Amino acid sequence: MTSHTIWEVPGGIHPPENKAQSMAQALAECPLAPEYILPLNQHIGAPSAPLVSVGQSVKKYQLIADAEGIFSAALHAPTSGTISAIEERLIAHPSGLSAPCIVIAPDGLDEACPLEPCEQPFALEHAAIVAKIRQAGLVGMGGAGFPSAVKLNPHANTSINTLIINGTECEPYITADDMLMQTHTHELLEGVRLLAHTLGNPDNVLIGVEDNKPEAIAALQEAAHKANQKHGCDIQVVSFPTKYPSGGEKQLIYILTGQEVESGKIPASLGIVVQNVGTAVAAWRAVRYGEPLIERITTVVGQSLQVQRNMRVRIGTPMNFVLEQNGFMASQSARLIVGGPMMGYALEQTCVPVIKTTNCLLAPSHSEMPEAPPQQACIRCGHCAEACPAGLLPQQLYWYARSDEHEKLEAHHLFDCIECGACSYVCPSSIPLVQYYRAAKGDIRKAAADKLKSDKARERFEHRQERLAKEEAAKEAKRQARKAAAELNKAKMAAQQAATETSHSQNLASTSTHKDIQPPAIPAIASAEELVANAATAAKAQQDPTLDKARLSRTVESLASSITRMKAQMAEAVSEGLDPSRIEKMAAKLKQTELKAQEAKTKLDAFDKTLATGVLVDAAAQKMMASPQDAAAKTLSSLQKRLSKAQELHLEAVNENKPSADALKQGVIKLEQKIEEAKQALSEAQNAAPSSSSSEPQQPDAAAAAIERAKQKVQAAASMTPEQKAQAAVESLQKRLSKAQERYAKAQETHDENLEAFATGVEKLELKLKAAMEAQQEGSEQA
Amino acid sequence: MLDWMINNPVPSALLVLAALSLSFGAILGFAAVKYKVEGDLLVEQIDALLPQTQCGQCGHPGCKPYAQAIADGEAINHCPPGGQATINSLASLLGVEAPSLDAEHGQAPEVKQVAYIREEDCIGCTKCIQACPVDAILGAQKKMHTVIESECTGCDLCVEPCPVDCIDLLPVEEGVREWAWEKPNADLIASDRVPSPNSAEASV
Repeated sequence: MTSHTIWEVPGGIHPPENKAQSMAQALAECPLAPEYILPLNQHIGAPSAPLVSVGQSVKKYQLIADAEGIFSAALHAPTSGTISAIEERLIAHPSGLSAPCIVIAPDGLDEACPLEPCEQPFALEHAAIVAKIRQAGLVGMGGAGFPSAVKLNPHANTSINTLIINGTECEPYITADDMLMQTHTHELLEGVRLLAHTLGNPDNVLIGVEDNKPEAIAALQEAAHKANQKHGCDIQVVSFPTKYPSGGEKQLIYILTGQEVESGKIPASLGIVVQNVGTAVAAWRAVRYGEPLIERITTVVGQSLQVQRNMRVRIGTPMNFVLEQNGFMASQSARLIVGGPMMGYALEQTCVPVIKTTNCLLAPSHSEMPEAPPQQACIRCGHCAEACPAGLLPQQLYWYARSDEHEKLEAHHLFDCIECGACSYVCPSSIPLVQYYRAAKGDIRKAAADKLKSDKARERFEHRQERLAKEEAAKEAKRQARKAAAELNKAKMAAQQAATETSHSQNLASTSTHKDIQPPAIPAIASAEELVANAATAAKAQQDPTLDKARLSRTVESLASSITRMKAQMAEAVSEGLDPSRIEKMAAKLKQTELKAQEAKTKLDAFDKTLATGVLVDAAAQKMMASPQDAAAKTLSSLQKRLSKAQELHLEAVNENKPSADALKQGVIKLEQKIEEAKQALSEAQNAAPSSSSSEPQQPDAAAAAIERAKQKVQAAASMTPEQKAQAAVESLQKRLSKAQERYAKAQETHDENLEAFATGVEKLELKLKAAMEAQQEGSEQA
Repeated sequence: MLDWMINNPVPSALLVLAALSLSFGAILGFAAVKYKVEGDLLVEQIDALLPQTQCGQCGHPGCKPYAQAIADGEAINHCPPGGQATINSLASLLGVEAPSLDAEHGQAPEVKQVAYIREEDCIGCTKCIQACPVDAILGAQKKMHTVIESECTGCDLCVEPCPVDCIDLLPVEEGVREWAWEKPNADLIASDRVPSPNSAEASV
């Protein structure tokens, strides 16, 4: 054997070893327990899924729960019997909580189901060996319980160059691995060879053992020597000075290879795999004999026991049963610790089962392990930093943990703490440092989980908000569409109403000015959309009417002034007796200018007219938008105003004995008639649409324009003879009637939905025409 | 040019400074537009610290609106589900003194809760589904509803609308996986400790 270089890990402590007590006696077999409790989660990862049901009888080695996913392990019956329950039972956990367990009531026969041995395990493929190890439910037996099959199946791109078998067992009191190495040396070496074979025969295969186990080292070296000679392999047994905690995975890797595993990485990133000696033996038994993991060697030690020794204990054996086998004196016992004094945890109940990772049951007496004295203030001695094998600053971590400064804790690499307890051990103030770190780790993990959950909740909340907004928008769009359709409908109805209304109002006073206001009347009869469009164009034309008007009037003015200037010049020329041809020229020029002025004036007039038309169109649109009721009311009020005005005019004419008095009287009478009609229309509208809302606010401009228009009409009417008026009214009515009839016929052809409205329009026009003709006759008779 | 600058050092220095400040101003202005940070960072940061139960106990319709309100100057102690931990982290984010929880908005819950629908009593009215801010309730008209436990924030908003009172808020059961070590009681002193019955005789 060649000597191997040893590196020294920083920190570490030398607590009393207390290993002799349990090594004094030979390995014992724990008898059949009255009950076996098998927790479904004895490993890191997902709990296994039960394959049996209550009342079912099972045999020893039978698979009772299968691995659920990759990070999980199978579970086998430790003896034959019946499944008495699958329920929550107390388990060996620092929390003292319960977890789902399969409970087996043994039948005492210990009947085994047939196993599948393999005579040539080294002829097996990698995958086959890993599958067998997985089927056997193997987990790391050192304490963490990491599923072994996962460790033996590194990522395809990582090649393993070193296999380390951990036989360090640095924790005081525990001797299970020591006993295993001494009693199962051959199996261990075969297991090591098998694991090396599984990992593709790495260059270095090292078995690391602390130098406080000389018997084990001697036995291993002899066996390794034999194996190396027989099989041509190179297994090295390396012993190194005892120091706690050399058995930590990262510490052992450093001691044996001088390499440090990066924070947050696994040893496989360096091409290293570490397996416990117990795991190696179990792997050999699983592959060679097909034997699943149903038992392990556990150290049962402590001064409250009459016998302290190592025992082969089946998984699931209640701890109180194991203790009873060793003469447990409950009165002497301070507490029951699972694991060693450094990293183990105290149990509140002893009825919990031994699991795959239980390497030690420590039942110390009060004097052996007195309760830790109360913690005192940190004196900042710095011993903890010297003791820390991970190179951390325990004191800083302590302060941050006390004040819940999670970010700072993570910045100080709290998660690299292996919780070995060296810092607490050396602390002169007896501060339970590790407990602070464990609590802080738990808090940080919990906070991370909460953060994850709250992020998910936020996401869900935001998605919900988004969805609701979308739904609301869709609803609103529908509502808008419905509203638009309703408005269109209403506008159509209103247009019809307005058409009739306008015909009323026009009828009364329009007579000779009728031609001027016909443009708004026609679109009023036409469809509502057209009207709106017209109104819009009118509005556009009106955009800056004052400016245009001003420009036009300026032109007119300048032309007028130039005409007067020219006239003056011409008069001067005539009086001075200038050349007649020149005077003629001047006259022609004057004529031209006069023509231009005329043109400008007509333009200005036309502009004024279009302005007025725009206003009228506006008014018509306004009317159309307003409900029929409003329109009728408006008409009525304007008519009343006109009547009062007409009455005034008439009175004036009578007083002054004017010839137009008669005509004015006629007008007043007519207006009275109209008012009567309008009143009727209003009441009709009120009856027809009692519920129709007067939604449109009255625009003062439009109202004023309507008043203005009515005034103009009355004035125009006043300046006409009654005969003329009557004649004009009859003519216009006839025109409109023929137009309306045309439209009605067209509507009949196309089956327009507003057919009825057209029909009533025609009827009304006919009535009006009749009335107008009568009035005309009356007028002519009077005349 | 150079001669003039040499002859008139003060005006030329002023000119150079003015040119520099103008050019730097232009660069800064361009950068401000080009690399403009979208959204309100402070609100996002505050929102990230809030527990996202969306319970409305703070008086805002969700955690984001409360985050906005905090950014606008509201007190940071209106969030009972977050408890003192949230207040502390908010205080350290905003650089203010951490107040204690405002009791007006409710007490911090002792344990985490989730809603649970007693399914035999559910009439399938969908009222709780509409109330749930995180869509954690499944169900349809006249069909039994149930709560997706992993998504429930325990905000309590579904309890009130239920016409048959079939929703309970149950404490989340802590399993072995969720369990964590407790912080040691640092204030314990020697005389506080109750001596165990055998310790006296053992030490003799």
